[in-house]
Amino acid sequence: MTQKNLFIGAAAALVVMFAGASMMYMSSKSGAPAAVPAASQAALVRAHAPTVGPADAPVTIVEFLDPACETCATFYPMVKELMAANPGKIRIVYRWAPFHNGSQDVVAMLEAARKQDKLWPALEALLASQAVWSPGHTPQSAAAFKQLEGLGLNREQMIADMAAPEIAQTIAQDLADAASLNVTMTPEFFVNGRPLPSFGWEQLTQLVNEALKATQKAP
Amino acid sequence: MPATDADRRAGLNRQATDSQAWTLVFVAWLIAGASTLGALFFGEVMRLPPCSLCWYQRIFMFPLAVILPFALFPFNRSVVQAALPLAGLGALVAAFHVLLVAGVIPERLEPCKAGVPCSETVIEWFGFVTIPLLSFAAFAAIAALLTFAYYRSSK
Repeated sequence: MTQKNLFIGAAAALVVMFAGASMMYMSSKSGAPAAVPAASQAALVRAHAPTVGPADAPVTIVEFLDPACETCATFYPMVKELMAANPGKIRIVYRWAPFHNGSQDVVAMLEAARKQDKLWPALEALLASQAVWSPGHTPQSAAAFKQLEGLGLNREQMIADMAAPEIAQTIAQDLADAASLNVTMTPEFFVNGRPLPSFGWEQLTQLVNEALKATQKAP
Repeated sequence: MPATDADRRAGLNRQATDSQAWTLVFVAWLIAGASTLGALFFGEVMRLPPCSLCWYQRIFMFPLAVILPFALFPFNRSVVQAALPLAGLGALVAAFHVLLVAGVIPERLEPCKAGVPCSETVIEWFGFVTIPLLSFAAFAAIAALLTFAYYRSSK
């Protein structure tokens, strides 16, 4: 009997220790995460980054996006709807975070389409057909290129632009900024310079709503 | 046939050694339980992503926490025997991981793909205690305790 009691006591002690340590860890981490320090704010928004929405919008969302990331594809239309629901109030800045092996070529493709003013249709086409050109999370640029066929892009110009040094520079800068901002997963959102407390759609909308409210109070 | 004194003494001896073996298995279970909850703490509470070698160690550690109680109530030598290969294989994977982190095994042999490199050190206490080292210590202790318990207990 004492053996049984010893076992039950030890099991309970382990569980209590785990729960206690978890709560201590959570409470030490809780509270709104600090805004990105001023020194790093420049890394959030760069002049070269593709942007939607008015420049003087009270709320700026910065999204680090990987065209091969499934959750990014899921969030894309949701963010679009969120912007449509608050017309003129939200500006979104996209930064590239091609973390998947081979994603960089696809980002170069998007930047080349951007030179022909077709970034958004190209991005939407690629996000919608992600399963086709990125089976099993392995982006294949040839298959991705095929998805852009119907958009009226100049093919030769695209191929030439994809190798352009300024596009490589953009990607390198975005990846460097992602690293300096501790972005390790996509999509990663910053709302007016604040990271999400934890990842999720509710957390994003809550942060956006708070930011919208804060700007309404100000005269 | 009435029990002789020798028989009775042998019986008492058996009880004594089995109770020692029970304690050894109990301590092994405590280590396995603490390691399992520790791994869950790193992964689910601190949100440190486990690398692929960490996953193999979890595969050998988590079942130990679950099956060792079946070796305790009632004391069952066969369950100790079944748990031994888990502890042994886990110790091997952990040893490989420790050597990888220490740089003894070159990086190119590393079985990790994209994601978290196994050679990355996320925690270092007192300058030398890393997660793979904790894992190896736990597996080695469990394997030693179970081996003793197996040979100490009566058939």
